[in-house]
Amino acid sequence: MANYSTNDFRSGLKVMLDGEPCSILDNEFVKPGKGQAFNRVKLRNLKTGRVWERTFRSGETLEGADVMDITMEYLYTDGDFWYFMEPDTFEQHQADEKAVADAINWLKEQDPCEVTLYNGVPLSVAPPNFVELEIVETDPGLKGDTAQGGSKPAKLSTGAVVKVPLFINQGEVIRVDTRSGEYQNRVSK
Amino acid sequence: MDWRPNASPEMLRARADLLGRIRRFFATRGVLEVETPLLSSCGITDPSIEPLVVERGTSLNQPRYLQTSPEYAMKRLLACYGEPVFQLARAFRDGEAGARHNPEFTLLEWYRPDFDHHALMAEVAELVCDCLDGRGVHYYSYRQLFLEVLAVDPFSAAPAELESAARDRLDAGTLVGDRDMWLDLLMSHVIEPELAGRGICFVYDYPASQAALARIAEADGVAVGQRFELYVDGLELANGYFELGDAVEQRGRFERDNQRRREVGLPERPLDERLLDALAAGLPSCSGVALGVDRMLMLTTGAADIRDVMAFDWARA
Repeated sequence: MANYSTNDFRSGLKVMLDGEPCSILDNEFVKPGKGQAFNRVKLRNLKTGRVWERTFRSGETLEGADVMDITMEYLYTDGDFWYFMEPDTFEQHQADEKAVADAINWLKEQDPCEVTLYNGVPLSVAPPNFVELEIVETDPGLKGDTAQGGSKPAKLSTGAVVKVPLFINQGEVIRVDTRSGEYQNRVSK
Repeated sequence: MDWRPNASPEMLRARADLLGRIRRFFATRGVLEVETPLLSSCGITDPSIEPLVVERGTSLNQPRYLQTSPEYAMKRLLACYGEPVFQLARAFRDGEAGARHNPEFTLLEWYRPDFDHHALMAEVAELVCDCLDGRGVHYYSYRQLFLEVLAVDPFSAAPAELESAARDRLDAGTLVGDRDMWLDLLMSHVIEPELAGRGICFVYDYPASQAALARIAEADGVAVGQRFELYVDGLELANGYFELGDAVEQRGRFERDNQRRREVGLPERPLDERLLDALAAGLPSCSGVALGVDRMLMLTTGAADIRDVMAFDWARA
């Protein structure tokens, strides 16, 4: 991998730091008129998700990280691993539980997911922003109560539990924002 | 590629207004406006400032350096005529770009015969208060500030003590350096943000190792560089010296700068012999200061990024 100097640090650049792949979020050049120059850099550790700031001497270099974001189709899980396929090459990748941890509530077969590969292995998986999932368990709907507020928990086919309006029934398909985990609307079949 | 300017029409007007205000300030005080060359035969030796170099042209028989400040030429005027002078000049510093830096920027620099750095700080405060309202003015010695904010004496603490003060407060990673590096790190990362809520702050009497072109004198039993920095709302705005006039001492500092440059693998710079001759001929006792005009404009307009106050920033130039 190429080396990058602090001058090249841009938001989104992936670098190796202390042996871990990190993504640069922000890079601030700090220099007194008389005195030495530093770069205060905000990073996210791509393995742990930790965000923090570290200061470098200006001109210091870091090795680039072999990290790629690829949109892949989610295939299935065998309980131990979750399988994803690159749509162009049909190449399959298996992600472990740690990699899918943030996405596991929202994975539906054939949905496109953003898979981050580190040295060719899935490091993390991001679900689409919106997914459509079937309700497998909720209290019976209240007829006529379509306009009033109020909500109830509903269990989805993935196991996720979201709050839905009272008029929604078991067996219906709803659209959910995966970033907030909030119900959006009912999907007509 | 964007051809349009960074600055809004209001910003261009605010800039013109600020430049007019500065010129009136000095006109009423009898300080003469001067212009000196942007391209000089000599760069500066300071190991932490890199000039841009112009290398080709039929007028050149050797490379010339775009000025990093108009200091040396203005001191030559002072040595000859002894008059108070000011200049609104473009200055250039290679590799300095960010939300508070642009490689090309505007400096206001002025020199006052018979002023020491305290008298000049008072005049800087008057100018700044003329341009910015509603802020109190505070004066701190460098030592006092480190003791207050960090409970560390910057003049007597061992480098390891400074390093641990820094590492307690921030992730300094694999940084290694001498005591001045740790002092610079603490100043820019811990003390500067602390000054953000304090309005107009002058910091004076720096460690002698950071005297740059200022005189060194004894204060409270330690050798201090008679220098000051001005921070407004935590933004470093100006840097001033009770100017060193001793040509022999100045040559020694230039040579030490070049030695430091060799150690860290930077090219050495030729010494400005014309400046040294001027000092030998006799610089009047004076103080001088350089103030970042673009940053002053950030403060008068509330802009958070230096690019917003320039007609065209480095990327669009």
